[in-house]
Formats: sequence, C-alpha cells, structure tokens
Amino acid sequence: MVSRTTDDYEKLALSGCEAICEPAFWAGFDRSSTDGFYDYFRQLTEYEPKRAAKYGIKHFSWLCINPKEADDPGFAREVMSLIPKFLDCPTVLGIGEIGLNKNTRNELTIFEEHVQLAMDRELPILIHTPHLEDKLKGTRLILDSLASFSKLDRAKVIIDHVEEHTISHVLDAGFWAGMTLYPESKCSPHRAIDMLEIYGTERLWMNSACDWGNSDPLAVPKCALEMKRRQHHPEAIEQIIYHNPRRFLSQSPRFIV
Amino acid sequence: MPSKKDLLDLQFIDARHKLIEIAAFLDRIDRHPGDTDYRFEAMKNALPILLSSQPGRARTILESFSDSSTALSTSAPFQGAFGAPLP
Repeated sequence: MVSRTTDDYEKLALSGCEAICEPAFWAGFDRSSTDGFYDYFRQLTEYEPKRAAKYGIKHFSWLCINPKEADDPGFAREVMSLIPKFLDCPTVLGIGEIGLNKNTRNELTIFEEHVQLAMDRELPILIHTPHLEDKLKGTRLILDSLASFSKLDRAKVIIDHVEEHTISHVLDAGFWAGMTLYPESKCSPHRAIDMLEIYGTERLWMNSACDWGNSDPLAVPKCALEMKRRQHHPEAIEQIIYHNPRRFLSQSPRFIV
Repeated sequence: MPSKKDLLDLQFIDARHKLIEIAAFLDRIDRHPGDTDYRFEAMKNALPILLSSQPGRARTILESFSDSSTALSTSAPFQGAFGAPLP
C-alpha cells in the first residue's frame, strides 16, 4: 500500500476488508542505499499500520530485500542485516516476498539466505515467483531449492503469483499457493476462479496486486462478486477470501483479527 | 455449478471481444512497416492451441510462452520480462 493513496484504504474499508498484509517489494525503481531500505522498513512497520488504522483496517507486513534488487549479494546482505531489528515489530508476520526475478545464481543465493533466516526464527515465508516468461522456470528453481531445506515446514510457506502452468507444481509439493489478481497481463478473476474449481480451496488464497503499476486493491472483492455470479456458495466464497488467508496467517501469533 | 449455457450467457460477449482484439492486433501488425520479432512468433505458435480439443489450453499456452531452459543465469541483463522467451 506504500504506493497507494489513502482513498484506497477507504475503498477497502467500504468493501469489508478487515486486514491487509503487505510484503516488502520493488518500489518501481532500485533504491541506492541501505538507508533507503531502512526508511522503507520503517514505512511498512510504523506508518502504514497507522494509516490503515484510521479506516479500521489492521495492517501487517513481511520483510526482505525483494529479488529484483537482490542480484548484488553484497548489497543484499547489507539490507538483510537491517531485518532482524524490524522482525520484533508487532505487525511483522514473516519473511517476504522473497524469490526470484530473472532466475540468476545471485538471486537464488539471497533467496536461500532469507529462507534460512525465516527458519531460524520459525517465521512464515511469502515467496514471489517471476513474471511472464520467467515464471515456470523460476517456480521450478524455487521448488528445487526449497526441497534442500529438509526441516522446512511447508505449511508455513506460501508461493505466490501462481498461474495455470505453475499451480499444480506448488500444490503437489505441499506448499500453499497464492493467486495474485491483476487488471491486465497476469491472472484475472475469471482464471483464478477456474483454478479454484479445478484445484479446490484447501491450500489456496487470492490477493489483490496493489503496487505502483496498473493494479486494483479491490480485485479480491470483485473476484468474490464474480464467484457469486458463477454460482459459488457464499460459504465457499468466505472460505477463499477470509478463512484461508486467516488460517495461513494465523501461523504467526501476531496475526489477530 | 453453472451450465455451459449459463457461462455463455455470462461471458460470451467478453470472450468474443477478446478474440476480435487478437484478430485486430494481428491485422495491425501486418499493416504496419518493419519486421516482427520473437514475441510475434511466440504468439503465432500459441494460437493453434486455442483450437485444441484437449483441456488445459490456458496452461499449454502459458507453457508455450515460457523460458524452457533450466540452468541458472549468471547475471540479469535487465529486470523486466517481455512475455515470451528471448531466442
């Protein structure tokens, strides 16, 4: 929500949103220093929770250096050294969104160091998969990497931005899968509902892309409306837009709604 | 669960609209000067999948637009993605 105006909080409140969880991500440009990330982490942990609270919404966050800015391992490790201090903030749920962007060796190294950090502190993990032509390869690399962490609790890991060609890989490996809804170019509400119908709702959630690009904070409630038009039962809609995210996120004792 | 007719009632006009948009895009590319590139070839390769009688067309099209290599890259030449793998 750091890229959004306050109007969006009002719209979310009016749509019935009770809580937001926001991952640390790319801001649309590369930050030039660790100080830039320090300020960003303060924004996520101090400012956004207050802004959301004005509309009765609880704001939670995930922290990391996102994969787009993680291809320089030295810089990435400097940023990562800031994270432990912020992990004690009462609204931080876990580590994310980590993952891959262009599927490079350095990105993978930093991804694995984040996974280890989360495991050391028994935190949930939110994983970003690459976009467009890089998604399938990146998802496979991420799953291969996670398989090497023998003590990883897969129930505490959600792999996000799945589409039709990656969702079964994620679910079959025992992880949660997230479907990120976009107005264009990526997963639409229609396609997300198709995947729900095919794969069921056991370890799936939907989220709205709310970044600096073309995105829509109301994508989830709009998808719920589309589910209703496609004759999904109210209980099934409630399951996917409320109970599932609550079940996953409640693995952090800080997530209370 | 809605019937086929229910879905047609709900979504046919939207799907028809999107199909015509693709046709118009292909016409537009033909009409303008210059050369196409790997993205246009990727799209032409994906179009026959629409006519398949097998389920999973969306998955197969997404796979056709995917980088099929398996090795890690040594560096990222750029940050974004273009929708089809570089040749």
